[in-house]
Amino acid sequence: MKKTITCIECPVGCTLELDIENCRVVKVSGNKCPKGHDYAIEEIESPKRVLTSTVLTENLPIILLPVRTDKAIPKAKLMDAMRELKPVRVKKRVRAGDVIVKNFMNLEVNLIATRSICD
Amino acid sequence: MLRERELIIVGGGPAGMAAAIAAHESGVRDILVLERDYCLGGILNQCIHTGFGIRHFKEVLAGPEYADRYVNQIQSIPEIEISIKSFVVKLTREKVLTYLKPGQMHEVKAKAIIMATGCRERTREMIHIAGTRPSGIFSAGLAQRLMNIDALLPGKEVLVVGSGDIGLIMARRFTLEGAKVKGVVEIAKTTRGLVRNRVQCIEDFNIPIYFSHKISKIYGRNRVEAVDVVQVDDTYKEIQGTLFKVPCDTILISVGLIPENELMEMAGVKLDKKTNSPVSDGLNKTSIPGIFSCGNSFKVYDIVDSVTRDSILAGHLAAEYLKGAK
Repeated sequence: MKKTITCIECPVGCTLELDIENCRVVKVSGNKCPKGHDYAIEEIESPKRVLTSTVLTENLPIILLPVRTDKAIPKAKLMDAMRELKPVRVKKRVRAGDVIVKNFMNLEVNLIATRSICD
Repeated sequence: MLRERELIIVGGGPAGMAAAIAAHESGVRDILVLERDYCLGGILNQCIHTGFGIRHFKEVLAGPEYADRYVNQIQSIPEIEISIKSFVVKLTREKVLTYLKPGQMHEVKAKAIIMATGCRERTREMIHIAGTRPSGIFSAGLAQRLMNIDALLPGKEVLVVGSGDIGLIMARRFTLEGAKVKGVVEIAKTTRGLVRNRVQCIEDFNIPIYFSHKISKIYGRNRVEAVDVVQVDDTYKEIQGTLFKVPCDTILISVGLIPENELMEMAGVKLDKKTNSPVSDGLNKTSIPGIFSCGNSFKVYDIVDSVTRDSILAGHLAAEYLKGAK
């Protein structure tokens, strides 16, 4: 089976032509870099996305702390992950990159802060 | 006597910070950065999605993370003074700047100035939509600020007008926060935003996208209740019989950005009437020697990495100008 997808790894957005056999990608063409090849395989075999959102803080100078998963998580889990974030509260100052939730949803990814809380 | 500074940079977003650091690298030792917000980072602070830094840092970062790298760097340079909550209200041809800080007004003269004031969003008024003027109509960037900084959800049933990147990114953000995005309406035949955003923000969530369509009317007295959507032909004329009504409580307008250059205009810098960019004989220069422009106030860029590259050049140019002026 042939399939055409768009690579989302960077702003170039290569059009990828895939040959798929038994739900496995056997050939990728159209990618301008190796990332496109890996993306194509993952996108067909187990699509993943980095989740970015915010969590509430308590008694800090900003109301919301922006966060993201440090690795991509299964696309199908994005909405569940949003529900998991709702009760999270950040109570002390953090730096960008600090872990907010370790092993988030047992997915072997960490939820990290993407902003430092300044004075 | 007016206090005189070597280099003043207006704006502490990615452009202003990169320009300041580059000017310092080129030998400028007296730099003042004026930022109107209470912290540095500019618009990046509300751009919580990832995709920043791929070219510049060879990493995929969220907007605030990209800003944070520059904030750390700029704060480690003692010769760069950062003045926050500083709103510039006047600029003259002689490079005298007036700015307000809470409870104070300052006037300062600069030998060179770099304007890094960013851009602003085009509005509903600029695309001529008929109908009432209820609440519930937001520019995409305003909705982004409300959701990502102020913890407010602007609405629950959303229609996005225009397919600019911020509109597409906000369609995903609204969906993740539990709102229903009824569709994206784009008058052109393809998306204005990056194709990756069409995939990861629209197709991932099965949001309908209507190309060659526009909204022709807004309904609602106090709050938006519905809009009319209609197909257009190649000359953007409405096609009879294609009109349909979409119930919604919120409209996001994402129809492009224009450089914010009122201060330069005030100083007499020549601006292109159509693009609002300064007219000049070289990159980052303006019609007034010693006034430079960089980032989205020079030209609206798709990605921040390009803003950084452009602003580094402006920093070096300003340093070169200052050396010549001595």
